Amino acid sequence: MTKLLLALPALVLLAACNSNSSNQAAPSSGAQITGAGSTFVYPVLSAWAADYQKQSGRGINYQSIGSGGGISQVEAGTVDFGATDQPLASDELAKNNLAQFPVVIGGIVAVVNIPGLNAGQLKLTGPVLADIFAGKVKTWNDPVITKLNPGLALPGANIAVVHRSDGSGTTFNFTHYLSQVSPAWKSGAGEGKTVNWPGGVGGKGNEGVATYVKQIPNSIGYVEYAYVVQNHMIFAQLQNAAGAFVSPSAATFSNAAQTADWKNARDFNLVMTDAAGPNAYPITATTFILMPKQPKDKAKSDATLAFFKYALEHGQDQANKLDYVPLPSALVQQIESYIGANIK
Amino acid sequence: MNATLARESEVAPSPLQKSGAGADKLFQLITAGAAWLVLVLLVGIALSMAWGGRLAFQTFGWHFITGKDWDVGASKFGALVPIYGTLVTSAIALIIAVPVSIGIALFLTDIAPRWSRAPIAIAIELLAAIPSIIYGMWGLFLFAPFMATHIEPWLSEHLGNKPVIGALFSGPPIGIGMLTAGIVLGIMVLPFIASVAREVFNAVPAPLRESAVALGSTRWEVLRNVTLPYTRSAVIGAIFLGLGRALGETMAVTFVLGNAHDLSASLLMPSNSIAAAIANEFTEADTDLYRSSLIALGFLLFVVTFIVLTIAKLMLLRMNRQYGRTS
Repeated sequence: MTKLLLALPALVLLAACNSNSSNQAAPSSGAQITGAGSTFVYPVLSAWAADYQKQSGRGINYQSIGSGGGISQVEAGTVDFGATDQPLASDELAKNNLAQFPVVIGGIVAVVNIPGLNAGQLKLTGPVLADIFAGKVKTWNDPVITKLNPGLALPGANIAVVHRSDGSGTTFNFTHYLSQVSPAWKSGAGEGKTVNWPGGVGGKGNEGVATYVKQIPNSIGYVEYAYVVQNHMIFAQLQNAAGAFVSPSAATFSNAAQTADWKNARDFNLVMTDAAGPNAYPITATTFILMPKQPKDKAKSDATLAFFKYALEHGQDQANKLDYVPLPSALVQQIESYIGANIK
Repeated sequence: MNATLARESEVAPSPLQKSGAGADKLFQLITAGAAWLVLVLLVGIALSMAWGGRLAFQTFGWHFITGKDWDVGASKFGALVPIYGTLVTSAIALIIAVPVSIGIALFLTDIAPRWSRAPIAIAIELLAAIPSIIYGMWGLFLFAPFMATHIEPWLSEHLGNKPVIGALFSGPPIGIGMLTAGIVLGIMVLPFIASVAREVFNAVPAPLRESAVALGSTRWEVLRNVTLPYTRSAVIGAIFLGLGRALGETMAVTFVLGNAHDLSASLLMPSNSIAAAIANEFTEADTDLYRSSLIALGFLLFVVTFIVLTIAKLMLLRMNRQYGRTS
């Protein structure tokens, strides 16, 4: 009860702030900001939206329909922003008069189900991972795997590969990484939101892949980092470009983001896989926001930008809580100057 | 039979009811409109699917049906794997569901003690009310591991090396694949067939059955020679109602089929079905050809269902001609 009484003045203060800020955004304050796209970013985006609504009174309606859908919706002008896990090239952005910037970082993790194995014990390199998904390395005790894992008891069982059955930015980032580290993968299945998998089982969504990996003994799959943390899955360490074996974690993701070459990436068209940092996790991924450069509704575009400014500057706690990684501050500054220069 | 009688009485109103003629006419129009609406909708949906899929049909021609490659990156689409997966899982479902549900229906009408009939019948109808996603989750979390640890190793060990059927049961036991999907589907369609079969078995006139029993028939003979011939068309109708559900089932199949565009003779291997492929891939189908191919898949599901139902009708006609009209 005393707590409640103490909290009352604070609430009144908050309410006062609220009315202030909503007065500022008066012209079309009733209208919701609408967005669509990536499912990967949905949990953190909706957490930010809830916080932002408390603060500014403006609601955000985000439909997680998938990156492809987000791109086509923002190109058609039916939403205020789109979100995609696969960045668009500068010429495609120019064609549709769109601006693009990253908002949050996550990672894609190779998870396994090998009886008796604990998280982080198994070590894999990129090319070996590619050969496993290509069906070239068929058993867990194959010499290329045992050579990387001396002293680890690996079964002679067949490896069951689990991949996504739906098109996904997760798959794009994963196969983009495999294409970079394995020429054989690049000329075979290649990269994309859906690829022609050489074999294996397809699970729908991250939860589908996570469940299949948990159900099928001796399987391997790939899921977003949040699923690994929440489901206590057994992940594999991966060898990064600097030669070190790293586990997925906020620290290794953010090392990848810091060492990625954002400065020279036009329109932030950069996929962070295989980043150069000594401690960088090799399959680090970002979600990109797409917005029209010359919006039809200036007030709504400004409100959308205000939301992302809030998210980039004050959204770190929420991002960390949901197992994403906030962007490094240098990158945030670069984004803000980009927005100022590009979105009118 | 009942339906035709009813229709005849509508079309020819009695001259005694002159006063109600206007209302009768109106009623006829409304019912006719309702009936035609279904047909118009059906044709409309089929046409719009065919129109949406025209790009895929134009690009690939017959290869869209006979091609087994589904390569999004190379924009090459062939629907053979989903068609095959749909037909095989539905066939497994019927092989399981038909004998079991007819057994259930027979038990409930003839054999079960009277007090137990209602509870069992209600339980079966409740089975039909379970949403398909629940079946999918049950299949994935409980049934697939059971298949992987108990059933599939046995199958591949004992049947996998037999000459002809061996190919059907080879491969690693991962628990997810056409056999598991078929069994889950079988459980799903079972209540549809069982409850209709129970109704029609109950409708067999008691004197017919009693006469057969009086002539010394066993239960099996009564079923074979009286009950089944008498209810044949209704039972076959029920089976095809179940088949229709199995062909189009999406969620449960998506969970346990494995969603892999691989053509494999083995029932233990993952495959894909038409409905599952559409549900999986539609959200991220970002090129016109990809989207069109998925819509064309939907059209093919239409065609497959239509062909199957036509075969059913023809079968029924032939049977009726052979045995004379029975219902």
